[in-house]
Amino acid sequence: MSSSKLMSASESVKRFVNGGDCLSVGGFTINRNPMALVYEVLRQRTKDLHVVMHSGSQALDLLIGAGRVSLLEIAYGANGRLAPTCVRFRKAIEQGTLKVEDYTNYQMTLRFMAGVMGVPFLPTYSSLGTDIIERWGFSTDMRSSNPQLPRKKLAVTEDPFSDKASQVVLVPAVNPDVALIHAQKAAEDGTVRLEGLTFADIEQARASKHVIVSCEELVSPAELRKEPWNNSIPHVLVDAVVHQPLGAHPTACYLHYDYDMEHLLKYKELADDDYQFENYLKEFVLDVDCHDDYLKLIGTKRLKSIKATPELGYARRDSDL
Amino acid sequence: MKIEYSPLEMMAIACSRRIQDDDIVFCGTGLPLLGAMTAKKTHAPNCVVFFETGALDPVLLEIPLSVADSRVMHGASHNGGLADAFAFMQNRFSGPKVLGLLSGAQIDMYGNLNSTVIGDSNKPTTRLPGSGGACDVASLVGRTMIFMKHERRRFVEHLDYLTSPGWLQGGTSRQEAGLIRGGPVAVVTTLGVLEFDEKTKRMYLSTYYANASVEETVKNTGFKLSVSRARQEPSPTPEELDVLRTAVDPFGLILD
Repeated sequence: MSSSKLMSASESVKRFVNGGDCLSVGGFTINRNPMALVYEVLRQRTKDLHVVMHSGSQALDLLIGAGRVSLLEIAYGANGRLAPTCVRFRKAIEQGTLKVEDYTNYQMTLRFMAGVMGVPFLPTYSSLGTDIIERWGFSTDMRSSNPQLPRKKLAVTEDPFSDKASQVVLVPAVNPDVALIHAQKAAEDGTVRLEGLTFADIEQARASKHVIVSCEELVSPAELRKEPWNNSIPHVLVDAVVHQPLGAHPTACYLHYDYDMEHLLKYKELADDDYQFENYLKEFVLDVDCHDDYLKLIGTKRLKSIKATPELGYARRDSDL
Repeated sequence: MKIEYSPLEMMAIACSRRIQDDDIVFCGTGLPLLGAMTAKKTHAPNCVVFFETGALDPVLLEIPLSVADSRVMHGASHNGGLADAFAFMQNRFSGPKVLGLLSGAQIDMYGNLNSTVIGDSNKPTTRLPGSGGACDVASLVGRTMIFMKHERRRFVEHLDYLTSPGWLQGGTSRQEAGLIRGGPVAVVTTLGVLEFDEKTKRMYLSTYYANASVEETVKNTGFKLSVSRARQEPSPTPEELDVLRTAVDPFGLILD
């Protein structure tokens, strides 16, 4: 058995996240964002990040709002029905302070898969005939001066195995420096078990040089090895394990808690104003020592209200919602 | 007896009527999902709802507010990930069976959609969320149905950004671009339902709702709309409305 990878969120970010890194953030819109880890990235003033992900929301919006993201490759920036477009994401692009390149969710997933497989690209039919192919967010100059960026956004070519002149889109591989993932269960040796939908977390983790996983429940390696077929990421690929209950708040974690609708709606309102956003960032992230102190700010009453109904995996709604 | 209903309710029901019992329905959130849930609880009990996040045929006891909502995970036949969901749509056997429900900020006469930016894409006046899985669905599945607010600024001659492919430039241009199947079959709006000419692939007015009119539809469309085939869409039946209001969206999360 390998030695323990268990450490604090602060220690894990100090060791594995550096300014200028290509960072991949797990989760999907309002579910399983690695918030505790991202709050720590924000507290450690990590700058100039190049973020690659598919459907970002709260974690992404805070990183952008705090001015930590200089390059973004993404498919979607929204909080489901709670924010049709992420507020700071929208503002940064409209104000021209953030360079963004638009892909689709499948293309970003394939980019991670190509990274996982160690091949330079994978083909798909998705986006033929659209501006996803035609319009680039990054110039040729930017691409040639940054080794993390592919030389082209996408390339269309003919299927070499077909007699018919059929076209395919090639999507370039991506291998981030570090992936941040929040899981339901992990063991100190680095074994990870995701429950419910995995989104593209497994591909994001396997494509990355370093992987930090925070978890709701810390269990023994022996426990997870009783059912290895239910494990999501093998221990050897994980660099740090952080035990952090409610580590995805205010986004949801299936079987544990729901998204905090009240908090997300309040955030959406505050984020619309620069000054109020700065205050939010200070109050809930920068002036807070650790995630447990952040949870105290949220309060036990609220946290109790979003606790998952065990047989459903989410908090049953009241009729007065 | 005159039954009162809102345009949103009419849209959900118009969508529901166009879903077949053997459809595998790709859903986003909001109105399209209400349409699919209504179909499942009325004439199409065997249709299967699935989400790009990888959830297939969940027990939807409550309305999910995002396709990643934990509500889409409960009681599902399979919980996978994005790779599974999109491969299912691209696959030559399962892909053709999928009906994709989409929406966008702008639509053109060939059913192409924009959900990326308004204005210049390098210096947009309004940034929208982006494709997400919409372009993938529009590219890969057997057929799509689109939901739109029927407004002149949304039904435009030229999109500011073509995010999701419809019939591209009409005629056979979709196949010529290399897209292997699919294309939009209907656009369900706040005023009626539009379909596409078999040959030209141009949008025409197929039905208008009882509380709308042909003139209103033309006035709110930013390109020339053929209306010669238009007839009235039957009003919602008491059963359809009852299912929608009491079993599908009892808290009015989407309808209110």
